[in-house]
Formats: sequence, C-alpha cells, structure tokens
Amino acid sequence: MVRIVFVLAYLILAPFLGCLLDGVDRVISARMQRRKGPGILQPFYDLGKLFAKEMIAVNNVQLLLNLSYLVILMIAGCMLFYGADLLMVLFILSTADMFLIMAASSDSSPYANMGASREMLQMMAYEPLTLLIAVGFYLTTGSFQVSDIIRADTSAVLWMPGLLVGFMFTAAIKFRKSPFDLSTSHHAHQEMVKGLTTEMSGTTLAIMNIAEYYEKVLLFGIFCLFFINSTWWSWIAALLVCAVIFFMETLWDNISARVKWKTLLYSCWVVTLVAGGVNILILMLDK
Amino acid sequence: MIPLLIGIPAVLAVLFQLVRNEKARGYAVYAGAGIVMLTTVIFIVRWITGGAQIWMLYPETELIDHLMIAGDIFLMCLIIGLSVKYGKVLPIILSVAQTAIVLYTEFTVDVKEGPHMMVDWLTILMCIIIAFIGGFICIYTVGYMKGYHAHHKDVKDRQPFFFSMLFLFLAAMFGLVLSQNLIWIYFFWEITSVISFLMIGYTRSDEAVNNSFCALWMNLLGGLGFAVAIALMAQMHGTLQLLEVVNIGALLPLMCLSLAGLTKSAQLPFSTWLLGAMVAPTPSSALLHSATMVKAGVYLLIRISPALEGNLVGIIVSSIGGLTFIMASMMAIAQNDAKKVLAFSTISNLGLIVACSGIGVEETVWAAIFLMIFHAVSKSMLFQSVGAAENTLGSRDIEDMHGLIITVPRLAYIMGIGIAGMYLAPFGMLISKWVALKSFVDSGNVVLVLFIAYGSATTMFYWTKWLAKLLCYHIPRQKVKDVTRRDEYVSMFFHVAVMLLLCLLLPLVAVWVVNPIVRELFGNSTDVLSMSVLTTMAIMLVSIFIVPIAMFFISRRSHREIVPIYMNGINEGDNRFFMNSYGKKEHLYLSNWYLRFEFGRRHLRIPSIIMAAAVLVVGFCLVIGGVSW
Repeated sequence: MVRIVFVLAYLILAPFLGCLLDGVDRVISARMQRRKGPGILQPFYDLGKLFAKEMIAVNNVQLLLNLSYLVILMIAGCMLFYGADLLMVLFILSTADMFLIMAASSDSSPYANMGASREMLQMMAYEPLTLLIAVGFYLTTGSFQVSDIIRADTSAVLWMPGLLVGFMFTAAIKFRKSPFDLSTSHHAHQEMVKGLTTEMSGTTLAIMNIAEYYEKVLLFGIFCLFFINSTWWSWIAALLVCAVIFFMETLWDNISARVKWKTLLYSCWVVTLVAGGVNILILMLDK
Repeated sequence: MIPLLIGIPAVLAVLFQLVRNEKARGYAVYAGAGIVMLTTVIFIVRWITGGAQIWMLYPETELIDHLMIAGDIFLMCLIIGLSVKYGKVLPIILSVAQTAIVLYTEFTVDVKEGPHMMVDWLTILMCIIIAFIGGFICIYTVGYMKGYHAHHKDVKDRQPFFFSMLFLFLAAMFGLVLSQNLIWIYFFWEITSVISFLMIGYTRSDEAVNNSFCALWMNLLGGLGFAVAIALMAQMHGTLQLLEVVNIGALLPLMCLSLAGLTKSAQLPFSTWLLGAMVAPTPSSALLHSATMVKAGVYLLIRISPALEGNLVGIIVSSIGGLTFIMASMMAIAQNDAKKVLAFSTISNLGLIVACSGIGVEETVWAAIFLMIFHAVSKSMLFQSVGAAENTLGSRDIEDMHGLIITVPRLAYIMGIGIAGMYLAPFGMLISKWVALKSFVDSGNVVLVLFIAYGSATTMFYWTKWLAKLLCYHIPRQKVKDVTRRDEYVSMFFHVAVMLLLCLLLPLVAVWVVNPIVRELFGNSTDVLSMSVLTTMAIMLVSIFIVPIAMFFISRRSHREIVPIYMNGINEGDNRFFMNSYGKKEHLYLSNWYLRFEFGRRHLRIPSIIMAAAVLVVGFCLVIGGVSW
C-alpha cells in the first residue's frame, strides 16, 4: 500500500517538485551572480508558455520519441519508488536516454546531431559509476531491491562514501550542470546553439523539460538511498543532505566553466575508478 | 539419427560440387537447408519423447576411429600442400606436430573405451542453433552470392565450392557438439579450422590469402593445445572422455583445452583472425560469427566450465575474457566499417561469455548460455542485413547508412532490431548482463566487475551512434534501389521473428532450455531468474514495445507545421544545403564521432595483445609449475 502511495506521489508530484527545484536553482544562481533573477515560479510560466505555442516541428517522429523518453523515464522512476530492482532502474534509465538521443538525431540537423553525439559520450562517462553504485548497494545490503536497501540497519553511506562522492561528481552530467553540460545547457551561451534540444520547440520541448524534472527527482531518490535506513529520522537526514547536494551542484555550476569532452570523459572515468573502484574493492574484501 | 544429422549436410556438400546450373543449385540449397532443419526437428522430437534423458552412444567404433585417423592425415596433407603452395611455414609445423601427437597417443596408449557421443540439453541447444541459424544463412547465401558476383566482377565465381563449404561446416559442427570422445571432437575441431581457412580465402586476393593463413595458424595453435590435452589425458589418466576431463579436473589438460577454446572464440591475443575473416563474402562471416566457428570455442569452454570454478585456469580464462570484453568494445568505437564493428562486437561479447564460463558457477554459466543464444540470433541477423545493405548501397560504411530508414526502410528495421537485441533493455543481452554482473560480484572478482561496468558503457556508445545514424531522417541524394532478393528477406525476417519471440518468451526459454542445461552441467540448479526479475522484464518489454507505439498514435493526432532545420539562418530551402562563407551552396555532411585518436586500433591493439598474451603465458607457467591456487 505504502509502495503504491509512493509511486503515485512520484508520478503526480515529481514534475512539480522538479519544476520548483529548477526555480530555486535559478534564484540561487541569480543571488550568486548578484542579480535579482526571476521569481521562483518562473519555470512553471515557461512550461505554460511552451504548451501554448503553435506546433511546429522538423519531422513527425520527434514528438513521438520525446514522449517515449518521458514515459520510460516515468516507468524507471516508478520502479525506484516502488522499491524494485535498482540495477533494472538504471538500465531503464539509460534506455530512456536512448530515446532522447534518437529524438535529437532524428533529423539531419548539425547542431542537434552534435548534441546527440555528446550526449552519448556523456552516457559513456557516467554509466560505469551508476553500475558500480548498484553493485555497492548490493554488497552493503545484500540486495539490489530498493525496498531491502531502505530497511537496512545502518545507512549505506557508511560503507560507500567513495561511491557517494563519485555520484556527486558525475551527477553534474545528469543535472546538465556546468562543467559537464556539453550536450545541452540551461544557459543560453552554447557554442552549438542549444545542442540536443536545438530542433525541439513548443510542446516537444515542454515534454523534454518535464522528463528532465522526473529524472531530477529520480536522481535525488538515488541520493536518498545512500542515507535512508530503518529509522524514521534517516529520511529527514536524507532530504537535508539532498538539499545540500542540490546547493553544491548549483554552486559548482556557477563557479566552473564548461570543459572539453576529453576532460569530461577522463575525469569521470578516473573518479569512477578511484572513488568507486576502490570503494567496491574494500567492500568486497570486507564482506 | 545422429549419422543422418552429420551425414546429410556432408552428402549435400559433395552434391553441390556436381550441380553446375545456378538455378538448380539454388533450389538444391533451399531443399538441403530444409532437410537439415527437418532432420534436426525429428531428432529433437524423438529425444524429447524418449524422456529427454542423457544419451550415451557408440561405445565400440573401431572402423570410424580408423576413418578419422585417415581424415586427420588427409587434413594435415591438405594444410601442408596449401602452405607449400603459398610459402608458409608455421601452419606446417603446427599441423604436423599436433597430428603426430594425436596419432602417437592413439596407437601407443591404451585407453578405457567409453561412449563416443552424447546427447544432452546443451547439445540440443547447439543443434538448434546450427540447424536453424546456419540453415537460414545458407538460404540467404543463394540470393546474396548472385548480388555479390554482380558487384565483384574481379572475383572468380566459385559458388559450388562455397556452398559445399557451408554445408560441410554445418556437418562438422553437428559432429563437434554431439561428440564426447576427445579424439572425435578434435577431428571435427580440425575440420572447422580448415573450412574456415578455405572460406576466408574465397576471393584468392593477396589480402584474403594472408588473412586466411593467419586464421589457420591461430586455430592450429589451439588445435595443438587440444592435441596436447588429449595426450595428457590419455597418458596420465587413461581416459579420453570429455566428462572425465571435467570430473578429474587436472589443471594442465584444462588449460590446454581452454587455449583451444580461446583461439577458436577469437579472444585476445588471438582476435586478429576473426577481424581478418571479414574479407570473405558476408554469409561466411555470418556463419563464423553466429552459428558455427566461434560458438564451437565457447561451447567447449561452457562444457568444461564446471571444472574451472575457483581454480587458476578459471581465473586466467575469465581475466582474458573480461579484458577482451572491454578492449574490443573500445576498439569498436573507432570503426566506421559496419562489418568491422560487428566483428569487434562479436569478440567483445564472446569475451563476456568466456569470462562467465571462466567463473564457472551456475549463475555465470546460465548467463553465458543466454548470451550465446541471443548473440547467435542477433549477430546472424546483423551480418545478413549489413551484407544486403552492402549489395544495395555499394558500401558497408556506416556513414553511408545515414538515413537508411528513408532509403531502404526494411533493411533499416531489421538492422535496428538486431542492434537493439545486442544491448537495449528488454532484450536478452541485458538480462544476461544483469545476471553476469551479480555473479561476478558474488564471486568477489572486483576486476571483472570493473571490466563489465566500463565495457557496457563503451558498448552502449558504439551501438547507439550506429542506431542514430540509421534512424536519421534525410532526403537521399539519389534514389536507391533495393536489390535484396526474396530469399535474403525470408532469412532475415525469420531471424527478426525469432528475436522478438525470444524476448517475449524469455521466461519460458529460461525454464525449458537454459535451466535444464545448467542442471545437467552442475547436477543441480537454483532458479537464477527470480519472479521479481521476471515482472521487471515484463515492465521493460511493455515500455520498449508498447510505449513508442502508443505514443505514435497520441502524437499523430496533433497537427503541426513542418519547418526546415536550424542551420544558423543560412538554409538553402531544403534540409540538405546551406550557404557557405563565399555565398555558395554547400552540401551538408554529417559524420559520426569515432574518437580515433583515443580509441583507435593503433593505440589499443598492441597493448591489449601484449597484456592478454602475458596473462596466458604466465598462466601456463604457473599451471605447468604446479602452483596450487
């Protein structure tokens, strides 16, 4: 019963929460840059405007692919909040991303295609760590099931701090934050226009944005898994830590410049190997 | 029944040499493939109605043993003859050495007689793969070879020979998987090596000859390992049964057999031969990669895998497999030749299978068998569609497949399903990867866990960019006429159907086919695939198949205006041209990303070969030195 509530809550609240987080992000960023910035509800207005726009498209499949991206992401998120297999959640997450890439490269647009290529590279960069995280949870709690992980006696983070650090590092890719916002950026100053989303407009773009909100909440859900244990206050602690992580990602976004793809790939892989690999090794030797 | 299984394709092989009329030969091939499949079905039905027990057959086979000796000597003479003709020394040495070892053992050592052939679930599975995938490849070949010789006027038309080799290959494979006696397996093993050598050299160009000899010496090296294993087993343990090898578990024979398996399945450092095999016409690649040759290697490794658990040989085999998995998938990124990408992906996937069988516990072998099934189907499908695309487009460069979905939609769909089968979520590859990852963790092998984590990331990269290239909407410069013949489509659609059915019926395949195999190999079998995973699978299936279809209908209802793509405001009307800085019209050209300087073969090939060779040599030294683990 509780599981169903969680799934429904995710399905209904995640876009609002994600949208709100986006607003908060913009306010914090503005304050960091000593600007006033937009109101906290600005992303909602933006979405409303996108939906109200006239439908123009470069081809007939982009909307379909974007919708698939959204729905498959929702499925992945539902599975996580239902307490299903974490590894499967991650696999479905990457399958969803595949649809985004297909949507971007569904037309011979030079900018969108470059964005799609970079998105693939980004996937290649963060994928090893996400798999290692699942392995880490399995080693710590003895199960890939999220429902088992949250019922552990101690928080998983005690056993896998390296993986948490690695995940914080690579999550910047998923949040599309500088320095790792190669494929598309929240900021307008992009060397290849809007990259991945260049050819998306109106409803299509709005759907892609909603999907990103779902993804954001999903990722914070995974962050929470590091902290949640059988006690009730661990849930509050997890939410607080998520808030801190969110703030740090925003800070990092504002103080760093976009890197080249090589730096992105190598740094992510090295961090994965050092922080993740060593963590896994210690876990394996210990268990 | 068994003599028929091996005999029919062999007789057909001789028959095709005699039929000179192209049309008649085509029909003969269809009929032949049909008969082979039918015989297999009857054989399997009889086996299952007989209780699906393990059959041990032919304890007394004096005459056939002598015939096989003659066969071995004939093969040796053939190799010597061809090597002398082309001035190669290495194959002669290897061939003579191994034949001498086997003959010496055969005549001097008195071994306990036992059954020479065995039928169990693994054999049945292999027979299905050989008969159906192999059979449909033969059917495909009829149409393909017409297109091939229309394109390649410079190549001498030796089709009768080619078809003979295809069917002989099937016969040898049947023999190999049904045999239980090491000498018999060795005999069929050698036949497959020699036939693949002859098929690779089909065009007789310099490149083809060189590559075929490369394949020959590498496989003969494996054969030498096999021969040494035979000699060791006979001398030290007095038996030549494969089952006994597993039961006794002596490390050195196991290591030698593993060497044979590694060479045949083109693992590092021996992967060069499979890449070189690309010079042959596509059906031979399809056959080598999916139903036969490389599958013989992993078949042997799966057979001996229960004896590999936790010992030194197992560690060496799984390390080499894991290393091959990641290195080959990295090298695949830098390839733009479709067949090369497929070759690297075969090597890489086989690496995963080999790594699984090297760990040698129930879960990994379960995953290995699943990977083998899925790999066989989707690789055969991919090779056939690439071959058809090559005949149609006149190129097998992935860059030229830009917008294939518009130019040749049917081929694009087939290729797309094949690619999805190799790595996307609901398809079996992923579920086996899931199981493999879990059991690597359980076995405590951190290096393999890292290999699989990085390897699946790189695998994803090279498949996705190919898939994106296929699905790119692009108005073609000139109209392309699809010259793919009907028999080619029949074969490809068969593979598509099998692929989709395998996905839908995955739990049934697991329960009916894979679990019995694991049970027979290990004596017991726990349910590797739990119910929760099955439900997850169902969700994934729904998400991949149903969601896009549903979204298709939803999105169709919206009205929209189609506009040109964004090209910085210098669009020349349609989406193909833009205005360059001289004010001239310029054609837009989009290329994939190959990361050549980072992942190119130039940088990775030599280090990976050295690493793998070092592991192998050190492993042999440790095993011979008798280091206990």
